[in-house]
Amino acid sequence: MEPLKTEPLGEQFPPLTAQEALIEANRCLFCYDAPCTQACPTHIDVPRFIKKIATGNLRGSASTIFEANLLGATCARVCPVQELCEGACVLGAEHKPIMIGRLQRYAMDYVYSQGLNTIRIAPATGRKIAIAGCGPAGLSCAGELARRGYQVTVFEQRELGGGLSTYGIISLREPVQASLEEVKMIERLGVRIETRRELGADLSLDDLRARFDAVFLGLGLGAVPAMGIAGEDHIIDGLAYIEQSKMNQSAMKVGRRVAVIGGGNTAIDCATVARRLGAEHVVMIYRRSAREMSAYPHEYEFIKKEGVEMRFLTQPTGVIVEGGKVVGLRAIRMELGPPDASGRRVAQPSKGGEFTIPADQVVKAIGQEKPALAERLGLATDRGYIKVARNFETSMPGVFAGGDCIRVKSAASTVMAVQDGKLAAASIHKKLSETRNG
Amino acid sequence: MADLNIEFAGIKSPNPFWLASAPPTNSSAQIHRAFEAGWGGAVWKTIGPPVLNVSNRYGAWEYGGQKMAGINNVELISDRPLETNLREIREVKRAWPDRAVIVSAMVESKPDAWRTIVHQIEDTGADGIELNYGCPHGMSERGMGSAVGQVPEYCEQITRWVMDGAKIPVIVKLTPNITNIVYPARAAVRAGASALSLINTINSITGIDLDTFETEPSIGGRGGHGGYAGPAVKPVALNMVAAVCNDEEVRKAPVPVSGMGGISTWKDAVEFLLLGAGSLQICTAVMHYGYRIIEDLCDGLANWMDSKNFRTIADFRGRTLSRIADFKDFNLSFRAAARIDEARCIKCNLCYAACNDAAHQCIDLIDSSGKAVQPYAWDAASNGRAEAVANRPQPRVREGDCVGCRLCYNVCPVEKCIEMAEVPSGRDAVTWDQLAKARPEVTEDWEAMQQYRKAVGIKVH
Repeated sequence: MEPLKTEPLGEQFPPLTAQEALIEANRCLFCYDAPCTQACPTHIDVPRFIKKIATGNLRGSASTIFEANLLGATCARVCPVQELCEGACVLGAEHKPIMIGRLQRYAMDYVYSQGLNTIRIAPATGRKIAIAGCGPAGLSCAGELARRGYQVTVFEQRELGGGLSTYGIISLREPVQASLEEVKMIERLGVRIETRRELGADLSLDDLRARFDAVFLGLGLGAVPAMGIAGEDHIIDGLAYIEQSKMNQSAMKVGRRVAVIGGGNTAIDCATVARRLGAEHVVMIYRRSAREMSAYPHEYEFIKKEGVEMRFLTQPTGVIVEGGKVVGLRAIRMELGPPDASGRRVAQPSKGGEFTIPADQVVKAIGQEKPALAERLGLATDRGYIKVARNFETSMPGVFAGGDCIRVKSAASTVMAVQDGKLAAASIHKKLSETRNG
Repeated sequence: MADLNIEFAGIKSPNPFWLASAPPTNSSAQIHRAFEAGWGGAVWKTIGPPVLNVSNRYGAWEYGGQKMAGINNVELISDRPLETNLREIREVKRAWPDRAVIVSAMVESKPDAWRTIVHQIEDTGADGIELNYGCPHGMSERGMGSAVGQVPEYCEQITRWVMDGAKIPVIVKLTPNITNIVYPARAAVRAGASALSLINTINSITGIDLDTFETEPSIGGRGGHGGYAGPAVKPVALNMVAAVCNDEEVRKAPVPVSGMGGISTWKDAVEFLLLGAGSLQICTAVMHYGYRIIEDLCDGLANWMDSKNFRTIADFRGRTLSRIADFKDFNLSFRAAARIDEARCIKCNLCYAACNDAAHQCIDLIDSSGKAVQPYAWDAASNGRAEAVANRPQPRVREGDCVGCRLCYNVCPVEKCIEMAEVPSGRDAVTWDQLAKARPEVTEDWEAMQQYRKAVGIKVH
């Protein structure tokens, strides 16, 4: 169904019509050893699934996607395709790349709307796997192990499965329903999901290790970190802001003048939420310049068109509160210094005093805290992230990890988490197969 | 400025484009509009005995999203009364004296029936008659159409009956549903036909419905062969037009040939003219897009003629005919090799797959260090646009091994990316015919062939 025009955060792109999908699928050249497939972190055989759309074999098309990526429906919506498959399309240089993401969604929509089960499940191995975290990494790992015949239980601390796909991706890109449908599909593979179960609280890792043949941790990251500035408790956590826009939009209070602190994709999402839900003025505040933003270029282009003001080289120093109400932000000007470890130039205070940015709501989206649980569980870490070997095994034998909680290098993304879960599942299977009779 | 006028078997036309005898020429109302749009002539939809038509009579073949790559029909001749057609033909000719109005006819195989219809047509003032010996469905079951065209003796006999009484030019339209179209062409020439036209439609079944197992389209649960036309048949038509135009007996007569079969653009038109056609007939392209296509047919043809300094169509008509030859007369020492323009190449690597799986394995994939690599050699941990683009290998032809088969050229999606470059073979020109005469053992015995190859330096890997 097409999203209602009146729904401010309704899905950005409508589904392709059958006619659009056919024309687009026929436009694909069917490259040999295609670059889109290499560029996809899960290496979906893109030309193969697209040609199956062209031949009218939609079931086969979906199977092709599922072979490489069980969360194809989410990835079709949330992947930064410009940086991945579509960015590598050979037609991109002089023409228009194939709309790979939207074609993938077309094939996925088909099997979901028809309720088709296209994934074959191997005979039961009798082995049991515990997975902590029901986000993309956990779900991918769970599904991959279930299709290999393992008995998989996923423990999730929140009320709903899906992780950031459910709670943290604005519905403009992925509606809650799409994420929950995918969770249900993984359950249909035989995966048991127990929600409101929290590792480190009512679940202990030792207990899981004792009861299961292997454990996978897809814990994700923590809340948005504190900025350490005056009036901090008046600043709204960006992820909570997005979550409310998805889960309880009608009760959500959006300011008239909203200031969003941060220069990443989540900051852009927060600004989008504010703008679309009625803020008269939205300003994004980032301490470095446009060049250093961690947001994807296409996201930056998008937010500019949303009518959001950009304040670069600006560092908030405190929230101005009058009579218990936020009235603005104090900030100072910054300038760029030498490059930091990530290669981006650092921002350092420049001359000039503090100035004021009027705002009645302040939202921060400056990254997420590292998985604090890791050290409490006794796992070795690398710069705060869970340290894993090439096979995704942590310092604790039989305990594997993947997704954002291990992403020391490069930007965290759903599709990378899916690939981690898939590769970790293969490693777990390999390890357990080797010790079958041991 | 190019002059598009033609004179075909004495029939004058302001341009070589005629509507073929088909649904677009069913009535005077239609043909008035066609002539207003600029068509040079029209061959009236075949008139003849009473018929009844069926629904779902057109079935089209679609390929890769291209609608109407070919169209099949089981429509019969005109289902309007003879008197109505004759009255409207007269009216159209009177209104358009400068256009070619030709009437297609088909009647029972009796001398009287033919004599009568010829007189009736001549009475309308029409410029010519086309004998429909081609319709492959329905009418042929009643002993007309291709039932005549497929038997050279019938073709000759009936043409004689017509020629005995006809005072206006008579064009015999040939069916392609025959082993060699030259035989009925010669039969028509022997009987004194003024001209030939080809090709009529090809027997075909368009498709099957995978849910109902009925033919596609289904005529109340049944279906069968109909006449196939449209862009997909053009190469078949070009071959037959060339065969007829190059035939000694046709040339000696000489009779002009009206070419048709899949003409959609002015480029197609030029090809038929270069193979000797004297006028051109078009149906499917009009059924797809309407009469308006005549504008670019004329404009494109005129612009091309101007660019080549041809003033009239006669200046280039038949120019390619002398180049049509049998395999035995091809120069075996001609050598071409594929060359990939790496600046244009988008690295889809379709040429690699085609050469490797279906040709002669002489394209390599070269990585950035210049080393030949296998496909799918990238690291599974690799991801992202930057790596996929930067590490993509470049297809390159090993020219020494390339047999010049031209498959890569044909699959390449980029204009002017692969060139078939003529390269010296270092051998004297020789044809198979010459070789068979000079060295018969080479053409009959594998061992002698191998020695010959070694001696002249032919390497087949």
